[in-house]
Amino acid sequence: MTRNKLREFHSARWSEPVIMEMGAPGRRGTVPPTAWGSGDPSAFVPSGLRRTQAPGLPEMSEPDVLRHYLHLSQQTMGMVGISLFGTCTMKYNPRISERIIARPYVADVHPAQDPATMQGVLQIVHQFSEALTALSGMAAFTFQPGGGAAAAFTHTAVTRAYHASRGELGQRTEIITTAQAHPSSPSTAAAAGFDVITLPTEEDGYPSVEALRAAVSDRTAALMVNNPDDMGIYNPHIKEWVDIVHEAGGLCFYDHANFNGVMTRLRAAELGFDACMFMLHKTFGVTKGGGGPAVGAYGCSEELSKFLPGPRLEKVNDGFVLVESPSSLGRIREYLGNVPQVIAAYTWLTAMGGNGLREAADLSVLTNNYMEKRILKIPGITKAFPQVTKRRLEMTRFSLAEITAETGVTAVDIQNRMTDFGIDAFWLSHEPWTIPEPFTPEAGEAWSIEDIDYWIDVLAHVVDEARSDAELVKTSPHNQAVARANMSGLDDPERWATTWRAYQRKNGQQ
Amino acid sequence: MSPLTPHPYMGNSTETAHARMLSAVGASSVEELFEQIPADHYGTQGITLPDGIVSEAELERHVDGILRSNANTRDHLSFLGAGSWQHYIPAVCDEIAGRSEFLTSVWGTPSSDHGRNQAWFEFSSQLGELLDLEFVGLPVYSWGSAGGNALRMAARLTGRNRVIVTAAIDPERRAVIESYCGKQGSARALEILDLGYDPATGQVDLDDLAAKLDDSIAAVYIDTPNHLGVFETQAAEITTRVHAVGAEMIVGTDPLSLGIVAPPASYGADIVIGSTQPLGVPLNAGGGVGGFIATRDEERYAREFPTLQVSLTDTLVAGERAFGLTLFGQSSYGSREEANDWTGNSVYLWAIRNTVYMALMGPAGFSEIGSTIISNAHETAQRLSAIDGVTVRFPSEYFKEFVIDFNDTGLTVADINKRLLADGIFGGKDLSVDFPELGQSALYCVTEVHSESDIDRLTSSLRKAVQR
Repeated sequence: MTRNKLREFHSARWSEPVIMEMGAPGRRGTVPPTAWGSGDPSAFVPSGLRRTQAPGLPEMSEPDVLRHYLHLSQQTMGMVGISLFGTCTMKYNPRISERIIARPYVADVHPAQDPATMQGVLQIVHQFSEALTALSGMAAFTFQPGGGAAAAFTHTAVTRAYHASRGELGQRTEIITTAQAHPSSPSTAAAAGFDVITLPTEEDGYPSVEALRAAVSDRTAALMVNNPDDMGIYNPHIKEWVDIVHEAGGLCFYDHANFNGVMTRLRAAELGFDACMFMLHKTFGVTKGGGGPAVGAYGCSEELSKFLPGPRLEKVNDGFVLVESPSSLGRIREYLGNVPQVIAAYTWLTAMGGNGLREAADLSVLTNNYMEKRILKIPGITKAFPQVTKRRLEMTRFSLAEITAETGVTAVDIQNRMTDFGIDAFWLSHEPWTIPEPFTPEAGEAWSIEDIDYWIDVLAHVVDEARSDAELVKTSPHNQAVARANMSGLDDPERWATTWRAYQRKNGQQ
Repeated sequence: MSPLTPHPYMGNSTETAHARMLSAVGASSVEELFEQIPADHYGTQGITLPDGIVSEAELERHVDGILRSNANTRDHLSFLGAGSWQHYIPAVCDEIAGRSEFLTSVWGTPSSDHGRNQAWFEFSSQLGELLDLEFVGLPVYSWGSAGGNALRMAARLTGRNRVIVTAAIDPERRAVIESYCGKQGSARALEILDLGYDPATGQVDLDDLAAKLDDSIAAVYIDTPNHLGVFETQAAEITTRVHAVGAEMIVGTDPLSLGIVAPPASYGADIVIGSTQPLGVPLNAGGGVGGFIATRDEERYAREFPTLQVSLTDTLVAGERAFGLTLFGQSSYGSREEANDWTGNSVYLWAIRNTVYMALMGPAGFSEIGSTIISNAHETAQRLSAIDGVTVRFPSEYFKEFVIDFNDTGLTVADINKRLLADGIFGGKDLSVDFPELGQSALYCVTEVHSESDIDRLTSSLRKAVQR
């Protein structure tokens, strides 16, 4: 295999103290305005409720705070590396969106303002909702869910409301999902009070129609699935699945986590689904932020729309008003959701347009197939469900099991070592791991062919290293901000420390 | 296939790149790559989206053109609070939260995303100092989410399924809690009992608590300051009574009050929750919300957290520190339906803002801002109550919000707010729908951002507004 010369990379390394160790008495990082009211402020705090000891926060100057957090940003890969973090669909986050949402007309809008004074915000929320309707066929959307898991939870709440309205909630106690579904489907179903039935993956890479038929009954409340799954495998029987669940009286929820490869081609409503979810922080170009602010846009059919959390937008002649549906399930989160992220997604979508979305979908599938071809040429790497020979969609799950058996080097070791070359850590697999030593790269549309080639060259190089110098890989990373973390004590009550104070106490420093 | 103008967000949006990859893949067209999808699955209705605006200048003009009509709390004088509060945000918060390394990071490893993980640890550590608690999770979606999570934690801890929740609560927050607790009455739903408030003080009605509290109760949840702005001065007494029946005491609080107000842990609260929005996050049309959950560092509580949380640990190199996730296995990522509740992408970028904000403030900043807010709020309330027909409903023991009673003016809050708006002022949040027992009352919020001349302007506009 032809390989390019690997770049030299070394993360910034600052041995940066924890901020709690920094500062000196009396220093100030910011000074709030002084009170102009008369009277002794402490007299306004009831005597039993006054704070008697100042919080043990660091005392630092503004430049020191800025520099400390710049050091921390430098020790974060973020946009610095090449991130092919599969199942999360890494996107470029256009900075124009950040510029727009930082302006007062978004950042300084209060959610309780008279809706007449925030028509611009409401118009974009409405227009973006219409765009998602075009892409999914769903009748209505809410942006209240603060992430994909919250959208899954929204579906379980809608499911409760729907069956309760028909007097069947007591009977409809089960939600069906699959082993390949994201953990948020089973966890939110359980949190909403349902029993979870997880169908196992079979020979074709998805559960069989027979398995589904055996699981469905008059206890079925809903089906929660994604398709294609995180292995890039598409379930061609999905329409039949939806029919089977509908015949039993259940609702069907399409987790569109893997929408990137099929956007503009598939519409959830036309496949028969009652509801679906898009993650604006993956498919629609909104920042991941290391875990939010995220949005799980939840859309549903006309029939279910009356249960959506409020407030809902209603178009009137000269603009938009906010209304509460009497059948609404209430709230999943406060207000209209992460509005700035909806505006960022609208901005991204407007830049892309229908043609851009189609090209992005094409590229994400094309690039994945290009990657797969090259990756499978690396001796010792196999793919999950090799018997499924049709071309995968926007990602493929691979296994390093043969290399682990040969060298003792694991997928986690290789993940760590690749970061030494300026590669963001790859994703392994959600629970449960259906194959050993998995890794799941996803190229998406943002990265150039040269970046993709470089990523694969690094992988091939590290696999070579695993064979020639396994210890080098097992003790990696070597060029990162810190060496490999010791994860062994993290679940030990005597050792875990989520705060500096706990750490000091457990280490005899207090 | 690829358009004439390659799209700036897509590195491979060129005919050459398309052709090169197709050739390497051995396909004659992209359509061949979609062979898994049956033909009858494709959408038949076509996608009606217009073509993209690839020029950033034109794109900005388009979006800007829609948004610029919004009024906002910068060009208007605002007294809106009620769960989303206007505070000054130091510029360094914007600078750090805007760094691309934080914006575009996703997960990484403890080594490759070391800096961000340390920032998360510093968020928990600094918040822990304000709260006087040692176990702090990474943020959840909002205060309401934290409330729902905390009540469900308490139910698991006690094996009981009835909870008592203050009635002096933000209705939005209360509605989120209901969704988390299983409003429609499905299996394992929690039964929520309302805890009434004393109409004279706005604080918990202790008689109502006594009537409802018994050993079937998993938890009692109160806020201080509560939604009506007032401090719960009986919080210690309530906590004692709650503990006497073996229930958990959950207290919600505004972290910005904690420079001058005793943290709930000081009187024995078990699970403390609240909003992270006051700590350097913009209003964002309501999208600035975030929540926190904290407890004592006891295994009993730690093992029930539904959140992700980072712990300090060491590395393969002696003397070096790293940060890894602790108790990951009990999260939904680790345990699916067996998890403690569920979690997912939340508001972690806001945690970066929060930690920077707390670091800039330090102990003196928190003390000063608390004093400034409480002083300005009381002075404002006093000046407003000098207007004929305008009174302060609960005249003492409040922080930055207070209830203004307009019943004697004979006007509705809606009318008054309309008149204020004509003067460029957002009046207080109308309470008449959610708290009908208060009649025509509004929740006013005054913080450190308000100057004395702002209040002069409000007073004069309000005086004019209530004259009939």
